[in-house]
Amino acid sequence: MATQDASLVASPARRAVRRVRQLEDERKLAFLLLAPTGILLGLFIAYPFVTGIWLALTDTRVGVPGDFVGLKNFVKIWNDSIFRIAVWNTVWYTFVTTVFKLALGLWLAVLLNRHFRGKAFVRAFVLLPFIIPTVLSTFAWKWMFDPTFSVLNWLLWKLGIIDARINWLGDPDLALWSVMVVNIWRGVPFYAITLLAGLQTISPELHEAAAIDGARPWQRFWYVTWPLLLPVTMVVTLFSVIQTFADFQLVYVLTGGGPANATQLFATYAYQLGIGTGLLSEGAAISLAMFPILFLVVILQLLYIRRVETR
Amino acid sequence: MIEGAAWRKWLFFYLPLAVFVIWLLFPFYWMAITTLRPDGELYRPWNAKNYEPFWTANPTLDHIMLLLEETLFPTWLWNTMLIALVSTLISLVCGVFAGYALARLKFPFAGSLGTGIFITYLVPQTLLFIPLADVIRNFRLGDTPWALILTYPTFLIPFCTWLMMGYFKAIPKELEECARIDGASRWKAMIYIILPVAVPGILSAGIFAFTLSWNEFIYALVFLSSSEQKTVPVGVVSELIRGDVFYWGPLMAGALMGSIPVALVYSFFVEHYVSGLTGSVKG
Repeated sequence: MATQDASLVASPARRAVRRVRQLEDERKLAFLLLAPTGILLGLFIAYPFVTGIWLALTDTRVGVPGDFVGLKNFVKIWNDSIFRIAVWNTVWYTFVTTVFKLALGLWLAVLLNRHFRGKAFVRAFVLLPFIIPTVLSTFAWKWMFDPTFSVLNWLLWKLGIIDARINWLGDPDLALWSVMVVNIWRGVPFYAITLLAGLQTISPELHEAAAIDGARPWQRFWYVTWPLLLPVTMVVTLFSVIQTFADFQLVYVLTGGGPANATQLFATYAYQLGIGTGLLSEGAAISLAMFPILFLVVILQLLYIRRVETR
Repeated sequence: MIEGAAWRKWLFFYLPLAVFVIWLLFPFYWMAITTLRPDGELYRPWNAKNYEPFWTANPTLDHIMLLLEETLFPTWLWNTMLIALVSTLISLVCGVFAGYALARLKFPFAGSLGTGIFITYLVPQTLLFIPLADVIRNFRLGDTPWALILTYPTFLIPFCTWLMMGYFKAIPKELEECARIDGASRWKAMIYIILPVAVPGILSAGIFAFTLSWNEFIYALVFLSSSEQKTVPVGVVSELIRGDVFYWGPLMAGALMGSIPVALVYSFFVEHYVSGLTGSVKG
C-alpha cells in the first residue's frame, strides 16, 4: 500500500532518484555510456560501409540511381590498366616511404635521446611537419618543386651537381620519387617521436652492462636497443603503413595523379573516377578494393599485439 | 652513446641533427619568405642572376592583404576553427564515456566492442568517402558545417576512446571504491572522482583530436561545395588556383596563416600533444 501511494505522488525528484538507481546496474550504465559512440560510428562508418558495398555492385552514376550488376565493376577495374598502375604505385610508394621513414625516424630518435642543450626546443620544432595541415605544407613543397622557380634546382646548380633544370613533378620517371620525398618528410617526425618514447623506456643500465661486457656502440644498438624497441616499432610501422597506403592529399596537391598516371594511387584514382567523372559505383569499387589489404594489415597487427600481451 | 674525440661528436651528432632540423623546417621558412616577397622577385627563374632565395630586401604585406580582402580566407579560418572545436568536443565526450565503460564496467561483449572500436580506428578516410558522400546527401547535410562536425568524430572517437581506456585502466580501482563506500553513485564516482584524475589524458586526446580535424582534407573537399562553407585547406586549394595559374604569393600566405592557429595550440601544449601522439600508437 505504502509503495502504491508513493508511486502515485512520484515527484520529479523521486524519478531522478530512480534513474540514478538504474545507473547502478553496470550493464545499463555501460549501454548508456556507449550509446553516443555507437550511434555516430554506426551512422557514419558501418552504414556507409554497407552502402559502399551496395554501390560497388550497381552501376550508379551521379544523379542516376543504378541497377544491380553483380561484380561487373570489379571485373572492369581488374582489367583497367590505370587501376593496375595505381595498385603497383601504391604498393611501391608504401614500401619505399616506410623503409625510409623507419630508418630516418629511428636515427633521429636515437639522436634526440641524448642529452644536449635545447633538446625540448628541438623536439618541439621537429614535430612541426606532422602538426601543420598536410595540404598547406605540401603547397610549400609544390612551390619548391616548381620547374621554373625551384629553389632546389638553384641549390643543386650552385653546388655544381646539375646544369640543366630538373622537372621534379613533370617528369614521369621522377614524379613518384618527388612525392615520396614529401611523404617521408612528413612521416619522419611521427616515427622519431613515437620511437623516442619507446627508447626512453629502455633502462640505461642495460647499456652500461653491455658496455662493461665490451660491446661496441653499434653492437649495443643491435643487440640491446633494437630487440627492446621492436614491439613499439611494429605498431608504429603498421599504423603508418595504413595511412600511407590510403594516402590522398599529397598526390592530389602535388600532381593530381599525373603525369600520365605516374603518381596515381588507389585513393586518387577512386576520387578521379568517383567524384571527378561521376562514376560513383566504380569509384566505390576502387576504394573498397583497398579494404582486403588493409584488413590483412589490421589482423596482423591485432595478432601481434595479442602475442606481446600474452607473453 | 658516442664517446671519444670532440670531432666525432660533431660528425656523428651535431651534423646529422642539424641536417635533420634544416630539412624538416626549411619548407616552413620557404612559406614565410614567399609570403613576404613581392611578385617581381617571386617570379625569377632559378638560374637568373639576381635569384636570391633566402632573403628579400623588399618585404611586402600585399599577399596577406589580398588574401584577407579579396578571398573568403577569414571565413574559412572561422569555419575550420568551429568545425575542429565542435567535433573535438563531441569526440571527447563520446570517447571519455566509451573509454570508461570499456575499461571499468563488466558487460557482455565488452571485449569484442573494444576490438571493434580499435578496427574503426584504423579505417582511413579515403576508404569510405564516396558512399559517405551519398549518406551525407541523403541526410541533407551536404554543404553545411554539420557534414564535417558529424563525420570527423568517426576517426576522432576511436582514437579518444583508445587513449582514455589506457588512462582509466591506470587509475587504481580503490579510488572509486572509496567514493562508493561513502555513498556516491557510480555516475557520481565517475564524474567527480575519476574524471578529474584523468584530466591530463583528456587534454592530450583533445589537443591531438583538434590537430587531426584541422588537418582533414578529403571529407571537406567532397562534402562542401560553396566557397563560404569551406575550410582553410580546401579553400586554399580551390580558390587560389585558377585553372593552371597558381597565385603563389597568396597561396603561401594562406598556408602560413592557416598553419599559425594550429601551431599556436601545439606550442602551448607540446607535452600533452606528445603524450597523445605516443599514446595513440600504444598497443
